[in-house]
Amino acid sequence: MDVKDIIKEENLVYSKSKVLTDNIMHYCPGCTHGVVHKIIAEVIEEMGIQDKTIAVSPVGCSVLAYNYLDIDWQEAAHGRAPAIATAISRLHPEKYVFTYQGDGDLASIGTAEIMHACNRGENITVIFINNAIYGMTGGQMAPTTLEGMKTATTPYGRRVDLNGYPLKITELIAQLPGTCYVTRQSGHTPAAVRKLKKAITKAFENTGKNKGTSFIEVVSTCNSGWKMPPVKANEWMVENMFPFYPLGDMKDE
Amino acid sequence: MAELRLMKGNEAIAEAAIRCGCDGYFGYPITPQSEVLETLMARMPWDETGMVVLQAESELAAINMVYGGAGCGKKVMTSSSSPGISLKQEGITYIAGAELPCLVVNVVRGGPGLGTIQPAQSDYFQAVKGGGHGDYKLIVLAPASVQEMYDFVDLGFELAFKYRNPAMILSDGVIGQMMEKVQLGDYKPRLTNEEIIKRYGSWATTGKTADRKRNIITSLDLDAGSQEKFNIKLQNKYKEIQDKEVRFEKIACDDAEYLLVAYGSSSRVCQKAIDIARGKGIKVGLLRPITLFPYPSKAIQELLPQLKGILSVEMSAGQMVEDVRLAVNGKVNVEHFGRMGGVIPTPNEVVEALEEKFIKA
Amino acid sequence: MTEEIIIAGFGGQGVLSMGKILAYSGIMQDQEVSWMPSYGPEMRGGTANVTVILSDSRISSPIIQEFDTAIILNQQSMDKFEKMVKPGGVLIYDPNGITRPPERKDISVYEIDAAEEAARMKNAKTFNMIVLGAFLKVKPIVKLDNVVKGLEKSLPARHHNLIPANKEAIQKGMEIVKKMN
Repeated sequence: MDVKDIIKEENLVYSKSKVLTDNIMHYCPGCTHGVVHKIIAEVIEEMGIQDKTIAVSPVGCSVLAYNYLDIDWQEAAHGRAPAIATAISRLHPEKYVFTYQGDGDLASIGTAEIMHACNRGENITVIFINNAIYGMTGGQMAPTTLEGMKTATTPYGRRVDLNGYPLKITELIAQLPGTCYVTRQSGHTPAAVRKLKKAITKAFENTGKNKGTSFIEVVSTCNSGWKMPPVKANEWMVENMFPFYPLGDMKDE
Repeated sequence: MAELRLMKGNEAIAEAAIRCGCDGYFGYPITPQSEVLETLMARMPWDETGMVVLQAESELAAINMVYGGAGCGKKVMTSSSSPGISLKQEGITYIAGAELPCLVVNVVRGGPGLGTIQPAQSDYFQAVKGGGHGDYKLIVLAPASVQEMYDFVDLGFELAFKYRNPAMILSDGVIGQMMEKVQLGDYKPRLTNEEIIKRYGSWATTGKTADRKRNIITSLDLDAGSQEKFNIKLQNKYKEIQDKEVRFEKIACDDAEYLLVAYGSSSRVCQKAIDIARGKGIKVGLLRPITLFPYPSKAIQELLPQLKGILSVEMSAGQMVEDVRLAVNGKVNVEHFGRMGGVIPTPNEVVEALEEKFIKA
Repeated sequence: MTEEIIIAGFGGQGVLSMGKILAYSGIMQDQEVSWMPSYGPEMRGGTANVTVILSDSRISSPIIQEFDTAIILNQQSMDKFEKMVKPGGVLIYDPNGITRPPERKDISVYEIDAAEEAARMKNAKTFNMIVLGAFLKVKPIVKLDNVVKGLEKSLPARHHNLIPANKEAIQKGMEIVKKMN
């Protein structure tokens, strides 16, 4: 008996979203990027907007996100995704435009671009992956790195007198009148995944209704950067990240 | 009859953008070019042609908006002046690296640093030799009149789309701020989304349909071998541009024994200097490069047999003179004369420099 | 024919707009024109000047150091531009605010009491048109009809009702300009 004989229509309980490509992801095992990519692909497929979606990828681990989602993509310079998305959305008001950005990209080098895009209320969705570290460059301090957290550039732990405070940028974004939906989610359990998918669906629906900027922070892990196995990283996130970055909606208008 | 209007160079840029079917302008105020954004905002082209005009939060954001728009196959542009153009260099190299067509206008002021708001030509190296990182080139047009400011917007877009390469109008505070008579062209309609898909659908992000693969706008290629291949492709493109797109103007060159080489507002000063010098019996002509890349090296070489000396006149410490020397390759003496920091040379100073460097020497 | 003119005074005196109207008048009679202002911080309440060139042929440098005519409306401009008039050229000035009248003997000097006349006409805004009238009397390089057409082009439509008053001011300037040497 061949595998093909087993995989029959009537036996299928799950299949990969058609919006996901067959490319093997370069992400580390346990990384949250893969989970979020999968959810975005499912939402795009379910909403039937593959031909209407244009995404902007950042500089960071997800720089190659365009290899995994079968939609049109633009790859941005570090931090500039919201500016690029602004122009795409204004020139293609009928399209679903989203940026996919990490914490270094969005909350450090691209702070001006994200603030102003959200403040103008650009009709886009922002997916913000916050794992409190620079993954791609090898685990340096991010703006969202917690106090005391060890990274390659804070080898003795983040000191606020030396490095300043971790930045709760999502709370700042929620203050901006241009945003219609601001939420903080995670993707570490099936329940969390279901909630995150709902949030992403709502954000894309907001874009379809021309409601302004929808902003979703996903509190995430970085096993390599945190130097922890995946399960331990999830536990560490629940214990340390969630108290400082509490989950839930900040704004839903 | 074509409409004639008295306009500032900066206003001409704005008017030309609307009339040539530009889809989007993204800018940030800086002297001496703020009239571009001001004119566009006052004209409200979004009501007339649907053109998008946006004041960005920074020059950096503005050039990245241009990247985003260009990636969609739209006709988009930005303008700024020297310090702002320095900020835009990041976006410009990404645009060149992603092979996107767009138009960038630099109304040059004196530098370095914050410098002055007075006119200068000290951004030649930045425009022609690179500016940002990596091996890339811009198509650089140098207007010498307000009419050319107007005309080169359409020409710049045409060349940018022909070669999928960023084009730059390298102007300066004189041409930006002065008013001259401009013959306005007819309105060209903006391309519809369907027309864009037909023309640029093979690469632009217009939404992935079932009949094609996804389009990815990127300048990233982590494989050295294929990155080199891409660089070779770029260099071949630049060579084709060098072969096909050189533009220049010759004035009083037929019997010239001496040649002035100058672009933009310097070339205007030089035209007056020629009148003065010829009044003194000095046979001098002017070669005015209109494209700075590609540079009219051949046109200079063709004049060499009749020349005793060449003077490159620039509002800089001597930047374009290097390209003149490369073209001449030691066959004729090439000297530089210029003023810096926002000072404009006078026609008499040019004649004096010509006499001092060649005739008295 | 090429006429190279500097108009210089304080910001707010209508120096730039006078130059613009003159340039537009040139266009109305098929001439080449250029209008090059001084720009920058000095424009904010300080001195303002504009170089206007009208010519039958292509204009070379829009920035020049010698002028056929200087129209001078404050002392700072007198100090700067009197010496830049070509020998045999023309200098027209408004004596109000001038503490040192022009001294050159190799140029023709004219006085136009425009500030006082504008006050008499109870319309300070016609000041620059009175000065323009003085210039056109001395150098009739553009026809009055073309100046009116130039005004129509350079003023927004909502201000076209002011054109008769401007025309009157130009004519007044032509009447009252005085040769001083």
